[in-house]
Amino acid sequence: MELTARAAAIGLVFLGAVALVVVLLASGGEDAGRGRTLTFFVAIQPGGSIEEVSKRCSEESNGRYTVEPEFLPTDASQQREQLVRRLGADDSSIDIIGMDVIWTGEFANAGWVEEWTGKRKQEVTEKVFPGVIETASFEGKLYAAPFNTNTQLLWYRKDLVKQPPRTWGEMIDAAEKLGRDNAGTIQVQANRYEGFTVWANALIESAGTQLLSGPETVELAEGPTTRALEVMGRFANSSAAPPSLSTSTEDTARIAFESGESAFMTNYTFAYASAKEEAPDIAKKMGFARFPRIDAERPSKPPLGGFNLAVSSFSENKDIAFDAAACLAEGKSQLTATELDGLPPSRSDLYSTKLVKTAYPGFAELVKESIEAAGPRPSTAAYQDVSLAVQRSLHPPDKIDPEDATSVYDELRSNLEDAVKREGLL
Amino acid sequence: MSNGVATAGTSDRTRSEHRLAWLLCAPAVIAMLAVTAYPIGYAIVLSVQQIDLRFPDEGGFVGLDNYTSVLSSQLWWTDVFNTVFLTVVTVSIELVLGMAIALVMHRAIFGRGVVRTAVLIPYGIITVVAAFSWQFAFAPDSGFVNNLPLISDEMDWFGGRFSSFAVIIMAEVWKTTPFMALLLLAGLVTIDGQLYEAAKVDGASAWQRFTRITLPLMKPAILVALLFRTLDAFRVFDTIYIMTAGAQDTESVSILGFNQLISRLNLGLGSAVSVLIFLCVVAIAFLYVKVLGTRVEEGRPGN
Repeated sequence: MELTARAAAIGLVFLGAVALVVVLLASGGEDAGRGRTLTFFVAIQPGGSIEEVSKRCSEESNGRYTVEPEFLPTDASQQREQLVRRLGADDSSIDIIGMDVIWTGEFANAGWVEEWTGKRKQEVTEKVFPGVIETASFEGKLYAAPFNTNTQLLWYRKDLVKQPPRTWGEMIDAAEKLGRDNAGTIQVQANRYEGFTVWANALIESAGTQLLSGPETVELAEGPTTRALEVMGRFANSSAAPPSLSTSTEDTARIAFESGESAFMTNYTFAYASAKEEAPDIAKKMGFARFPRIDAERPSKPPLGGFNLAVSSFSENKDIAFDAAACLAEGKSQLTATELDGLPPSRSDLYSTKLVKTAYPGFAELVKESIEAAGPRPSTAAYQDVSLAVQRSLHPPDKIDPEDATSVYDELRSNLEDAVKREGLL
Repeated sequence: MSNGVATAGTSDRTRSEHRLAWLLCAPAVIAMLAVTAYPIGYAIVLSVQQIDLRFPDEGGFVGLDNYTSVLSSQLWWTDVFNTVFLTVVTVSIELVLGMAIALVMHRAIFGRGVVRTAVLIPYGIITVVAAFSWQFAFAPDSGFVNNLPLISDEMDWFGGRFSSFAVIIMAEVWKTTPFMALLLLAGLVTIDGQLYEAAKVDGASAWQRFTRITLPLMKPAILVALLFRTLDAFRVFDTIYIMTAGAQDTESVSILGFNQLISRLNLGLGSAVSVLIFLCVVAIAFLYVKVLGTRVEEGRPGN
């Protein structure tokens, strides 16, 4: 019995120690000075623009708040993964979210981000491209202040091609004529990831239809979709496709183009600044044009990217978070992002500034035109399901028969129907 | 198993010792319940509901609907096949290589410590880091593998199912063979050297000594090593996630679960996948333990 009593005593001491440690740890997390610190979760920008605008807005607030950036990885899926894990657990340590254009529907429907209304809404949407406002909205309500946008251009080698091709068909012909040994390849993003959905969506939109016509309605008109898919299949099965097409990303495309392997590339606006830095010889020969068309007579609908600034519903400082987000997203901040990180502003009036014209020498107008004409990815709470469905149905693209894409079309349609209903495995 | 079972009429002392034993075990049992039983129970509860973080207004009990969805999907069976294929191939290669390395480690006359440490290095590297290293090595633009003789410069390793699997298997084998070797070495050192001497006197060849002495006496160690590695290999995630993210039909069941849970935030469907993976793991463990239990008896000297 004595033995048991001693053991019990030891047990109690042990439990007490555990309890003490738990209490100490918990109290360490609460810091008295946190009231006015706003945490800004955003994708890391290598040029340092986020630190810069956070610092400026904090200073301009006259001590009302300090914005503290918390950086997320460069990969978009990993950014989202970290955010949804926190938001799914009602984490109050996030105040402002750098929200990718494709997360709006999902975050809004889940009740994770606050709606922007009234004067604030008017302020942050002034002179912003209507298409970009769409990407920050869900079912008619605004959920974020538009920050930077992005679009893809066609980059080509002026020394190898006289005129930039207008359609994908012309581009494939031109590349085939050059031949693989003479840079006759086209760089795109066709790894199985979000970038693939971006590409596929742009082709389908350019053919004159779209994936969804409403959050839960599949559109996908058969004629235009099959035309877009046949272009995809023809390209993937031609000599114009680089050998590692099905694993290509923005970065592998850029590297291949900069090394002189390819005469054509569709990629975001950072491609020019990067080439100037990494491969000045190639940059000198670099031409630019709008994203190619599917049909000769129908203007293309280039991809639309970027991110907007949302206020978390779990923030304990929502009111000042709105003010801070508005400052972080204002025109001056957008220009900082253009200057330091080459990100296109979401306000259309900024494209005539000297700063934007220097950042995009000769193609500032083209970027603006491309954003105005862009075909955004569908706005739906089940966006991830839709994107997974597109990737599952169309990847790898060389499986598409360039002569007859009907079977792939049927697969895509049935997977998308499942995706919007959120049924089955994806 | 027979000693330690309390019989009728035990003394006070034995009883108090029993109580003490339980008391001492209690923290561990509580910790196990909190970190293992609770999540498993919670996953089972989630798996019978329609629950999606993006649609907080929906929900409710749906019975076995999620399981029907998973089991009737072509994707689930493709991924089960991929996982089983990867498990069988990697574990078989690892067993053969591991055995060879264990024999080398056992026989090493000089530098024993150095040999054992060197062999263990790959196992000490974090799986994600190892996966990235292998991926970089095989990347068509930056890797060195395509510069090797006999390999085409344009070979896109992650562009096809077969070649992707080959790289994934190589990375897995490289990473975990040391673990297998270590477990086998533990079995090897328990064999009495006199047996080999006796066999030598009787004129047994090296091969005969290996098949007639080493293998039979190592059966328990081999089975333990196989059990650990099979359970581990069945849950393969990191390597595939880094290398192909499941593209080219290389998806494992763990990646499938990840897609439903993290990408789609469909907790109901995702939990159903997780529970099914859990059941597969339990089934594998059960099979091994059943086989293992009898084999341990067989392998015991003097039986």
